[in-house]
Amino acid sequence: MTTILNEGDSAGTTGAAQGSPVDAAPDPDKGTSRGRLVLRRFVRNKAALVCLALIVVLYFLAFCYPLFTQWTYDQQDYTSFLVPPGGTHWFGTDKIGTDMFAQVMRGLQKSLTIGLLVGIISTSFAALVGTTAGYFLGWTDRSLMWIVDLLLTLPSFLIIAICSPAFRGKTWLIFVGLLAVFQWMITARIVRGMTLTLKEREFVKAAKFMGQPARRIIFKHILPNMASLLIIDATINVGSAVLAETSLSFFGFGVQPPDVSLGTLISDGTESTLTYPWLFFIPAGFLVLFVLSVNFAGDGLRDALDPSSTKGRRKESKRKALGELRKAKFDVQTERRGMPAPQGEGKHR
Amino acid sequence: MTAADTLFEPAGGSSDVGPVLEVSDLAVSFPSESGRVQAVRGLSYQVSPGEVLGIVGESGSGKSVSSLAVMGLLPSQARISGSIKFQGRELIGLSDDQLSKIRGRKISMVFQDPLSALTPVYTVGDQIAEGLLVHGKGRVTKQAAAKRSVELLDLVGIPNAAERAKAFPHEFSGGMRQRAVIALAIANDPDLIIADEPTTALDVTVQAQVLEVLKTAQEVTGAGIVIITHDLGVVAGFADRLMVMYAGKAVETGHVDEVYQRPRMPYTLGLLGSIPRVDADEKQPLVPIEGQPPSLVDLPQGCPFAPRCPMAVDACLTDEPPLSEVDNSGDHYAACIRSDELGAVEVQADEASVAAAVDVAAEVFGVEVIGEPEVARIPRDQRTVVLDVRDMVKEYPVTKGVVFKRRIGTVHAVDGITFDIREGETLGVVGESGCGKTTTLMEILGLEKPMRGEISVLGQNVSALNGRSRKAVRRDMQVVFQDPMASLDPRMPIGDVIAEPMQVHGIDKEQIAKRIPELLKLVGLRREHADRYPAEFSGGQRQRIGIARALALEPKLVVLDEPVSALDVSIQAGVINLLDELKAKLGLSYLFVAHDLSVVRHIADRVAVMYLGKIVEIGDVDSVFSSPQHPYTQALLSAIPIPDPIKERARERIILTGDLPSPANPPSGCRFRTRCFLHASLPPEKQSKCIEVEPPRAVQAPDHEAACHYAEPRQVV
Ligand SMILES: Nc1ncnc2c1ncn2[C@@H]1O[C@H](COP(=O)(O)OP(=O)(O)OP(=O)(O)O)[C@@H](O)[C@H]1O
Ligand code: SF4
Ligand code: SF4
Ligand SMILES: [Mg+2]
Repeated sequence: MTTILNEGDSAGTTGAAQGSPVDAAPDPDKGTSRGRLVLRRFVRNKAALVCLALIVVLYFLAFCYPLFTQWTYDQQDYTSFLVPPGGTHWFGTDKIGTDMFAQVMRGLQKSLTIGLLVGIISTSFAALVGTTAGYFLGWTDRSLMWIVDLLLTLPSFLIIAICSPAFRGKTWLIFVGLLAVFQWMITARIVRGMTLTLKEREFVKAAKFMGQPARRIIFKHILPNMASLLIIDATINVGSAVLAETSLSFFGFGVQPPDVSLGTLISDGTESTLTYPWLFFIPAGFLVLFVLSVNFAGDGLRDALDPSSTKGRRKESKRKALGELRKAKFDVQTERRGMPAPQGEGKHR
Repeated sequence: MTAADTLFEPAGGSSDVGPVLEVSDLAVSFPSESGRVQAVRGLSYQVSPGEVLGIVGESGSGKSVSSLAVMGLLPSQARISGSIKFQGRELIGLSDDQLSKIRGRKISMVFQDPLSALTPVYTVGDQIAEGLLVHGKGRVTKQAAAKRSVELLDLVGIPNAAERAKAFPHEFSGGMRQRAVIALAIANDPDLIIADEPTTALDVTVQAQVLEVLKTAQEVTGAGIVIITHDLGVVAGFADRLMVMYAGKAVETGHVDEVYQRPRMPYTLGLLGSIPRVDADEKQPLVPIEGQPPSLVDLPQGCPFAPRCPMAVDACLTDEPPLSEVDNSGDHYAACIRSDELGAVEVQADEASVAAAVDVAAEVFGVEVIGEPEVARIPRDQRTVVLDVRDMVKEYPVTKGVVFKRRIGTVHAVDGITFDIREGETLGVVGESGCGKTTTLMEILGLEKPMRGEISVLGQNVSALNGRSRKAVRRDMQVVFQDPMASLDPRMPIGDVIAEPMQVHGIDKEQIAKRIPELLKLVGLRREHADRYPAEFSGGQRQRIGIARALALEPKLVVLDEPVSALDVSIQAGVINLLDELKAKLGLSYLFVAHDLSVVRHIADRVAVMYLGKIVEIGDVDSVFSSPQHPYTQALLSAIPIPDPIKERARERIILTGDLPSPANPPSGCRFRTRCFLHASLPPEKQSKCIEVEPPRAVQAPDHEAACHYAEPRQVV
């Protein structure tokens, strides 16, 4: 599991000799710190900004939809079954006369929250566990990795299925926790591997010799340098959490009728894709819109954090990071199947 | 080298009288995102049989590209024009097939990185034999090829050649690999050898060996050699003619002696003045060439060196000066409109010599010797001790196995070293790679109790430190790393980089905000640089940022781990001057680790020479450099090239045989005895003392100690 780190270090020692802009480009505001620089760079990226706004709008819609329509998601209009979009039913109705607009919005509430929460929780947890294990090594590492391996070997689907009845009727947020618990482990291993390499880099040593405590080294130096990976991982997790919820719901766990999620709506709508397309395409469209927005916003954040990225190089660096992530995940999986890990604590200090 | 004569045809026998290689008006360009990169712009030169041409220039000046063009190894998107004639035959336009018949047989190449030139999965002997077989086309039998490859390895000085021919490249050390590559290069008795920075990746002692081997190779094959380097010292004693390149063009060419003694182009002059010299008796000013080479995408009109040239006048900006003859010498050409004036400045000096040229450089570039700090006037033993290291030991376990780790040995990385540093003083630590320099630094910086021995920083013993007092000590001791890219967090704007140590030590925000521009100014950067990221700076600038960070807390001691070895010479000079200046201004003490002894001679007050985890010689720089006592120091010093062709040719070189023994298994008695030339020359009864008794460090002269039973001074520079 040798992961190449950020794109920033591809430049050689005399990088600027190749015509980098080191000459005057006076910037009037001085003393800008990293936070403000990142914000400024993010704001400059219009696509990302629009997508972030879109997520906010989706949220707003999802929670405030009763303001716009007289229907609710669990109420049937017995005068109109399967009517196409139009009239008072903006998105049409389904076969028992429930208003699709209300259902999609209700579903969106669930899916947005599940997706974003699972994405953020699992990636942050992975980052925390991975860096802690990789940075401190020793027994901390061994016990954390033991937990990781244990969770990796457990059949997650089955466990969620078994646990689901116990939580039936309780808040579906528990479900978020369950999904997150089974999504962080592989990333944690990758993060641990990257931490091992980053730890040997001179800037980390420099911080250590400055007297910077370990906790701050992790937050100031190690995490920002794997931001690309973490952000991509989080955006992928958002999408896969929504889908995982869908498949669980399909088998009758997770969100249960009369409550709905985008996942349940889509799976209900699949059989009528050709006959009553709105039942499928409208919730699916919202899902795509949501996942795409998250992706673009994530991209923007990654670019803002990555000083070497310019518009031109963005695609390439994303492809690179994605490739690394896939490869690393693959490596972790082969390693789990009992093959020796090509990387390890080869270096003793 | 008796075998050599039978191996090769007598020199010059087959080739014509004309030049082996004749390059005229060569131009190479590459497409890039911002436009065409004009990597080489009209280059002409010739190499006669048996002649050594040195090509010198900064990184990116087109040295490698021009030689790759000769080899026909440029990528396909490169556009080439002009003419390259090899033994009268035009090479440009030949198909790859035809070229490969010439390549490897008549022209061969030695690269900077020997590992990339050898295939890891074949033994070294097989690879050489393969080269012979491919070009021998049936005339050479397998057995003959194998036998010959052993002879070649022997010729390049690989001990036990028959045995080692069966080894794989990764089993060779860097120096041996480079020698194997040279063996490969001369296997087919080529008429031209191109060596691109053949010694840059190697230690000085190994560099001397490799240059010696190249010389032998040249003698036995009678080939013309093109040697590319960025270090004027390397080629001084080896090359016959020199060509200085700048921005894809030759800016000065001529006989080496001429170019070194009477440089007629400010760039050459600057390069010459930027090299610190081991043979300098008194402190010489170093010439930094400010700025960076121009972008090769769209060069401005006029002389490409004008933006960095201290002599530039308006006329320089109108046309690019062509190479023109200077001093009616017939062989010496320079591309500068003011070269005659340079000649005039020099006439004031009575005799042309490199030293005179260096003085002219200092004058033209307007640099002066940097003074000593105030405290340096107080006698050494009355100054406070900033760092005191006693008998420090650091060992690493060697383990085997993955699940059950077994300890199978111990690496004695640092084995009992003792030294101290006083206020306002610089101690230089030198030694080959792997001798324990970095381990020593890391032990000191770690501020943990050493395995054995004691470390005291500013009078505080580190084993008695607790969390808080350790942090307080860290404030007074800062570090600058070797690789200026790796030591700055690529994701942090440099304002934050410099602020970090101050934040750690709880200095309030306003004060930090005030201090950042001050620090940037101190190291020669501008305040608006604060919100750029490290990748936007050049190597030299990044190193300045690293220095600014180290100085943020006004430390007493700065530990520098090879701070200039990753930089080009002209940029290195600027950083060394900065360090010198800061020391004079702020009264700092430096612990300066370097493998380049000339840099140490320039910057250090005292020097410690390390070999296999021990200090073999320590003392005042002038005393150690002018009369080294330990054979190892003598060998190290004699391996340093001096950028003066006449001195260099007259010098006798002590070539160390073999490589550093493994620190896991050091020789008994004196650790240096396996490579010691003095030991080898001793009668057996004296030798036994070296084998049995470890020599203690003994005082040889005031402030000068060496650890050798038979120490005696010897002048080598
Ligand atoms: N394949 C390529 N594609 C595009 N540009 C190239 C290519 N190879 C070299 N260059 C450019 O050509 C110029 C000259 O490069 P070259 O490698 O000859 O420099 P050099 O003098 O050998 O430097 P160094 O001392 O670093 O080896 C540089 O600006 C470099 O970026
Ligand atoms: S031509 Fe002018 S700018 Fe160029 S090197 Fe000569 S003096 Fe300097
Ligand atoms: S003690 Fe003997 S082996 Fe060691 S350096 Fe002196 S002469 Fe050489
Ligand atoms: Mg090169």
